[in-house]
Amino acid sequence: MSRPLLDVRDLRVSFPVRRAGAMPWTPPQDLHAVGGVDFTLKPGETLGIVGESGSGKSTLARALIGLVPATGRAEWVDGADLVDLSPRQMMKYRADIQMVFQDPLASLNPRMNVGQIIAEPLTTHRPGLSRSEVKARVKEMMERVGLLPNQINRYPHEFSGGQCQRIGIARALIVAPKLIICDEPVSALDVSIQAQVINLLIRLQKDLGLALIFIAHDLSVVKHISDRVLVMYLGKVMEIAPKDALFNASQHPYTQALLSAVPIPDPAREADKAVVPLTGDLPSPMNPPSGCVFRTRCPRAQALCAEAVPPLEGTDRRTACHFPGPLTEAEIAAARTEPA
Amino acid sequence: MVLLNINDLHVRFDTNDGVVHAVNGVDLTLEPGETLGIVGESGSGKSQLAFAVMGLLAANGRAEGSARFDGTEILNAKPRVLNKVRAEKIAMVFQDPMTSLNPYMRVADQMAEVLVLHKGMSKRDAVTESVRMLDAVKIPDAKGRVRLYPHEFSGGMRQRVMIAMALLCRPQLLIADEPTTALDVTVQAQIMQLLADLQTEFGMAMILITHDLGVVAGSCERVAVMYGGRIREQAPVAPLFADPAHPYTQGLLAAIPRIDETEAELRAIPGAPPNMTHPPASCAYAPRCPYRLAECETERPPLEGFAPDRKRACFAALDDIRAHRHRVSITADEAATAGPLEDEPDDALPDAAVAGVGAAAATHEVKQ
Amino acid sequence: MVIEQDKMRSLADTMAQAEVKGRSPWADARKRFVRNKAAMAGLVILVLVTLFAAFGDYAAAWSNEELDYNVMGQVRELGAPSIATGHYFGTDDLGRDLYARTVQGTRISLMVGIVGAAIAVIVGTLYGATAGYVGGRTDQIMMRLVDILMSIPYMFVLILLLVVFGRSIGMLFLGIGLISWLDMSRIVRGQTLTLKNREFIEAAQATGVSSWRIIMRHIVPNLLGVVAVYATLLVPLMILTESFISFLGLGVQEPLTSWGALISEGAATMNYGTLWQLAFPLFFFCITLFGFFFVGDGLRDALDPKDR
Repeated sequence: MSRPLLDVRDLRVSFPVRRAGAMPWTPPQDLHAVGGVDFTLKPGETLGIVGESGSGKSTLARALIGLVPATGRAEWVDGADLVDLSPRQMMKYRADIQMVFQDPLASLNPRMNVGQIIAEPLTTHRPGLSRSEVKARVKEMMERVGLLPNQINRYPHEFSGGQCQRIGIARALIVAPKLIICDEPVSALDVSIQAQVINLLIRLQKDLGLALIFIAHDLSVVKHISDRVLVMYLGKVMEIAPKDALFNASQHPYTQALLSAVPIPDPAREADKAVVPLTGDLPSPMNPPSGCVFRTRCPRAQALCAEAVPPLEGTDRRTACHFPGPLTEAEIAAARTEPA
Repeated sequence: MVLLNINDLHVRFDTNDGVVHAVNGVDLTLEPGETLGIVGESGSGKSQLAFAVMGLLAANGRAEGSARFDGTEILNAKPRVLNKVRAEKIAMVFQDPMTSLNPYMRVADQMAEVLVLHKGMSKRDAVTESVRMLDAVKIPDAKGRVRLYPHEFSGGMRQRVMIAMALLCRPQLLIADEPTTALDVTVQAQIMQLLADLQTEFGMAMILITHDLGVVAGSCERVAVMYGGRIREQAPVAPLFADPAHPYTQGLLAAIPRIDETEAELRAIPGAPPNMTHPPASCAYAPRCPYRLAECETERPPLEGFAPDRKRACFAALDDIRAHRHRVSITADEAATAGPLEDEPDDALPDAAVAGVGAAAATHEVKQ
Repeated sequence: MVIEQDKMRSLADTMAQAEVKGRSPWADARKRFVRNKAAMAGLVILVLVTLFAAFGDYAAAWSNEELDYNVMGQVRELGAPSIATGHYFGTDDLGRDLYARTVQGTRISLMVGIVGAAIAVIVGTLYGATAGYVGGRTDQIMMRLVDILMSIPYMFVLILLLVVFGRSIGMLFLGIGLISWLDMSRIVRGQTLTLKNREFIEAAQATGVSSWRIIMRHIVPNLLGVVAVYATLLVPLMILTESFISFLGLGVQEPLTSWGALISEGAATMNYGTLWQLAFPLFFFCITLFGFFFVGDGLRDALDPKDR
C-alpha cells in the first residue's frame, strides 16, 4: 500500500477557558475541542468530515494547517510531523496545504483587488517571481476556476457569493498544493450556486490530483463529494468509513441518527423515513461524559458505555462503539417514547 | 373561507444603489390550518414578503398592494390595528433566535410581558401560562428554566423558546422565516416535528419560508417557488416534487445532492440570480433557463393555472420541460464567469456584493 | 466540433479583452462623500480657511508685527475694520493689524491641529495595530503603558513642560504629540481585535504571510476608515487644546500668535467696545471646527454605509 499523504494520530486541541467569575489566580480549565482524532488520507482522495456545530470539525482543520496549536501527530507524506514543526519549518508545508473558507466574502480582504488576493500565497512562497509572471499565473488560475481574467483589478464586493468562493479557490490553488482543506465551502451559498462550486471543486481535484478534506454539516453535500467520510461528535471520531458503507449501512448509532435527520426533497420518502430522535442537548466540552461521549443521547447506551471509552476499531471502516450495528425498529420506537 | 389573501404585493427598498424591487406582484391565499411553503434563494424576496405582511419592513422599504387577514386589510395598516393583529392573530418566528430575544431579560419576564400587555393578565398568571407554553414546546424542566436568560439556552432550545413566545396568544397564523437554518440537522428534525405537532394541537395555519427543499417536502401541503421577487410555480407538495412544471423548480431539484440517491454529477444552474436593482423587463430566469424561447427575453410570463391547484409562470411548453428537451445549452462555467454588468450606471454605489447579473455569455442554439 | 471551436475562440476573446477597472472601496467612499452636501460644504470651508492661511499674507497691507502708531491709544475710534486704512479686520489693542495676525494665527492653529493629528495617526495606528494583532503578553504590556500615560493629567504636564522648558512652538508640538496618540491607539487596538478573527486574516496566516505584512497589508488598510474619521475629529480637538493653552497665556510666543491667543486678547478687551478683536478670530475658529466636524461625519457615513 502506498504511503498516505497525511497520517493523523491522536490529534488533540484544547483551549484554556476561564470560568465565569473565577479568580484571576485560579488555573483556567481546558476545553477539549478535539480529543484524539486518528485518520489517514491518501493522495488524491477526498475525506469528508461531518458533525454538528461544537463537534470540533473546524478546529481540527485549523490544527492541521497550524492556525491553532495541537498535540499528537500529523505525519506528512515525507515524514515530517506537522504538529511539531517550528514556524520556519512549517513554512515549507504551508504551500502544500491550503484552505478554502466558509464565508466567501469575509475570507477576502475588501481593500485588495482580486489580483492581489490570488497572488498573495504566490508572492509569499515564491518571492523571486517577476511581477508580470505573477500576473500571468493569476490570470491563468482565474480562468481555471471560471472567472474572467480581465476582472483582475476588481474588488471582492463587486462579485457575487459564488464568484467570491471561486476567488478563494483560486487563491488556494495558485501555489499548487497537494491538499486543500475546505471548511464548509458551500454552506453560505445558494442552492443553485452551491452545485456550481461543488462541480468546480470535483473537476479541479481530478485535473490536479489534489487531496481534499471537505468539512460540512450538510451530509448530502459530503456524500456527493467524498470518497471516505469521518463522523465527529464532541471532538471524537465516531465512525470513519468509505462513503457507500457509511451512508448505506452505518454501524454507529450517532451516524444513523444524523443520517435519519437529513430532510429528503421527496415528499413520499420523507413521510416514510424513520427519524432517530436524539434526546437532550450536546454535552458541554468542558465537562464531557465519561466513557463514550455519545452515551448520554444514545438510544443503545448501556452500563459499559459509561465506564470505558470505545476504541476506534476496524480496518477499512472503523467504528468507535461498544455495540455497533444498525438500530432496530424497536430501538427507534423506544427512543421516541422517551421524554425529549 | 380564506385566512390570508395577498393581492398584487410589491415591496421596494430605497438604497444607495437605487431602488431594489424585492417583491414584484405576488398573489397568495392561505386557508385556515393550512401549511404553505415559500421556497427561494437569497434575494428572491421570500422573507420581505413576510415582513411586508407583518408590517416589519425596514425603514427604507415600502409595500404596495393588499394583504387581507380574516377580511381586514393589514398591509400598511395603522400601528394600532397592526399591533393587535400581530399580537393575537399572526405570530412570527425568525431565523436567529438570539437576535429576537432580549439578552438582558429573563425568559419568564419576556414571555409574561406579552401576555400582560395583550391579554391583560396578572404577572403571576402570565408566568404560569408561559411555563405551560414552554412545556408545550417540550422544554424539559420548563418551570426551572423559565428563570434563565436567553444565552443560557442552546440554539435549539432558544428556537423552542421563540416558538413558545410566538404561540402565547394562540395565533391563527404562524410565519416561520427559515426557522431551522441556523440549527444542526438533528435539532432541525426536532423543531420541524415540534412545529407539525403544535400546528395540529393549536389548529393554526403556517407559512414556512425556507431555501431548503427537503424541509418543505417534509412539512408543507402547498408550495410557492419564488425567484426574482415573483412566484414562479405554485402547487401541492407532491406534484411539485414529482413533476416540476417550471424550469427553475426543475433546476433547483437537479442541483441539490441527495442523501437517498447517488448522482453522477450535480446539474448546476448556470449564472447567478438577477440584480434586483435593475430587474429585467422580461422573465428574470431567462438568462439561466435552458428552455428559453424568443418571447422569454422580451415579455414576462404571467402566473397561470394549468392543472387543478397548480400554477406556473413560464412560456415554455410543459411537455418540453417534462421531457427535459432543452432548447439552448448554457455551459455552467461560461455563464458563471459573466461578472456584474459593465454598463452599470456610474452613480450606482453598491454597499456590499451585488449579485452579478446572469449570463450574457456565449450560448448556442442546440441544433436538432 | 463546432461548439468546441467556438468555445475556444470565445475564450481567446475573453483573454484578449482589456482588463476591467475595479471600483475600490475607497472610490465608492469618495463618491458617497461627494454626494454628501454637508460634508462637501465642510470641505469647502476647510479649503478656504487653508487658502486664507497660506495666501492671506499677499492681501495684507500691514505685517503682523508692525504697530500702527496712528491708531495707538485710540483703537476704539480709529482701529475699527475698514478698507481705507488697510486694517480689514481692524487692529488689536496695540495697533497691530488684526488681519495679518489672524492669517498668522490660523497658520499656527492649523499646523498644531494637523501635526497633532498626524502624530496620532501614525504612532497610534501602528502601536494599536501591533498590540492588537500580536496579543497576549505584548498586548498587555503595551496597553498598560498607554493606561499609565493616560492617567497622568496631561494638561498639567503640558503646562509644566511649557513653563520649565520655555514657551516655544516646538515644545507645544511635542507636548500635544505626546498625548494625542493614546486614544487613537486604543481605538485602533479594539478594531484590530475584531479584524483579527476575520477569515481573510486567517487565510493569510494559513498561507504563512509574516505578521508584519499582515499588519501592513490586511489590518491597517481595513482600519483606515475608522482612523480617518477619528483623525478629522482629532484635529479640532488639538486646535482646542492649543487654544486653551494659549488662552492661559502659555501657548505660542509673541509676536507669533494663534486663534486661542487672539480670542483671549479679544475677550479681554471686549468691554472697551472693540468687539471685532474677538469676532474675527472666533469666526475663523468656529467655522473651521464646524468644517472638520462636518467632514468627519461625512467620512464616517461614506466609509461605513451600513451604519445608516
